[in-house]
Amino acid sequence: MTRWLGLAVATALVLLLGVALGSVPLRPGDVFDGLIRNTGEAAVIVRELRVPRVLLAFLVGGGLAVSGAALQALVRNPLADPYLLGLSGGAGLGAVLAIAFGGGSPWAVPIAAFAGALIAVALVYRLSVVAGRRLDPLVLLLAGVVVGSFAAALMSAIIALSDAPRLRNAFLWLLGGFSSASWPTLALFAIYAVIPLAVLLLAARGLDLLALGEEPARHLGADVERLRRRIYLAASLLTAASVATCGIIGFVGLVVPHAVRRAWTPMHRVLLPVAFVGGGGFLVLADLVARTVLRPIELPVGVVTALVGVPLFALLLRKSLA
Amino acid sequence: MLACHDLVLRYRNATRPAVGGVSLAVNAGELVCVTGPNGSGKSTLLRGMLGLLHSERGTATIDDKDVCQWEPANLAAAVGVVPQREEITFPLRVRETVLLGRYARLGPLGAVGLEDRAAVERALIRCDVAQFADRRVDQLSGGEWQRVRVARALAGEPRALVLDEPTMSLDVRHEMEMFELVRELADQGLAALIITHGLNLAARFADRILLMSDGHTAALGTPAEVLIEPILSRVFQWPVAVTTTPDGAPQVMPLRRPTGAGAI
Repeated sequence: MTRWLGLAVATALVLLLGVALGSVPLRPGDVFDGLIRNTGEAAVIVRELRVPRVLLAFLVGGGLAVSGAALQALVRNPLADPYLLGLSGGAGLGAVLAIAFGGGSPWAVPIAAFAGALIAVALVYRLSVVAGRRLDPLVLLLAGVVVGSFAAALMSAIIALSDAPRLRNAFLWLLGGFSSASWPTLALFAIYAVIPLAVLLLAARGLDLLALGEEPARHLGADVERLRRRIYLAASLLTAASVATCGIIGFVGLVVPHAVRRAWTPMHRVLLPVAFVGGGGFLVLADLVARTVLRPIELPVGVVTALVGVPLFALLLRKSLA
Repeated sequence: MLACHDLVLRYRNATRPAVGGVSLAVNAGELVCVTGPNGSGKSTLLRGMLGLLHSERGTATIDDKDVCQWEPANLAAAVGVVPQREEITFPLRVRETVLLGRYARLGPLGAVGLEDRAAVERALIRCDVAQFADRRVDQLSGGEWQRVRVARALAGEPRALVLDEPTMSLDVRHEMEMFELVRELADQGLAALIITHGLNLAARFADRILLMSDGHTAALGTPAEVLIEPILSRVFQWPVAVTTTPDGAPQVMPLRRPTGAGAI
């Protein structure tokens, strides 16, 4: 109980910090005025920029962490990552294609990235469904690597052949960020994410069984094939949307589920919601660092999650080995 | 309860069936052991009887209903299975592990009710693992882990219990404890089926033994009917002697190769 309370307080604090701090630091009074009373100079910054940005980062972080946790149980490997399954390659290729050949529409890149991710998901799925309807986790991993590498190679070729400023844009986009966050993006992502998130959260007991392995899961009454397909599709669709909204943000989906498993429990009914809140908070914090540490320059948030995530992960590893 | 009749099972692309026409019935209150050399089709037979493999010929039934017609959840509620191998990837606590045995009976949204908790506690006590219910399963000894897995199978309150080599790599005490436990459960009315290489354990605990050889039934009957010297020597292709324990069960003793002999 105290742990839940601690998590709630920490999350609220992180969200408030995310709104208060930025390229223009605000006093708590300004935040309050802007947020609640819609008055004061800060109201526009708070309402139109900071709040949607913080909420979007929270939702994306939570979604990535839940996807990561679910995929780790699906392939029974704590090193699985939402991007492992070829998704990032497909999304990256789509985005780079849009940047290299696309028009000026601000929606061109996200839509192309989303399409690329979906094509990669479909390809990986098609490659892994063997013997009619069986989704083999090991084949899934291999197919993900294969499709991802192929897409990455195509992407590198396009980057190598395009001119320098565009190339820089493509790289920055790939490394992720929330600078384009707005209420419409937030609403779109939130509406889209509800179904895959619900599917994953409702599959919590099934994930516990899948984590035991195929045979024990089957004997305990899980419909293994259906469960696997449902989880794979929900996790990939959720991740594809997050890539389309804010680029590729690594490490959240790997580190957060891992940390929650160690610090709290590996039971998915608790793990998934805690990972959602934890992942959300982690990404809000990472975004906060990304936009304040070198003010007014903004670091790609994917760089920050790795810079924070790697030492954290190394520490956890050392501790668990000790 | 569990039954198969003239069951033929073949793996994809295999030239020969792995199980070639085996019939077996396990009734409530009965403990049946399946034994035989490595690769004789014991585990395959089990997979067929549990509906994991489709039969090429013959039938596999549970409660006289074709096993492939069962919903996965109903099947799991009727038959508790302890599979042979199981690697621990994400270690849960013992009580959490046993609770997974209730999966097939949980309410909508996977809610755990009072009845579920009571069944878990009963299973923990029955298998003598209640004293370390809060320990993590990766910190258990081999014998303790096996008992936890039996408790998980029992938590679903099945009417039949199936174990695939439950005493593999257990010491004498834990081996005996495992068979005593399953015997007790069978005496309380469960239908129990154990795959084992322990001929002498089967001899002392089983009501009936199915001895398999090359996918076929080499012998089926009481321990005294099945565990006899000519059959065993032929099936295992190794000379054995059969004696009797003080309580009357046959005991199988493999013989040393005669000195100087190069081959059998």
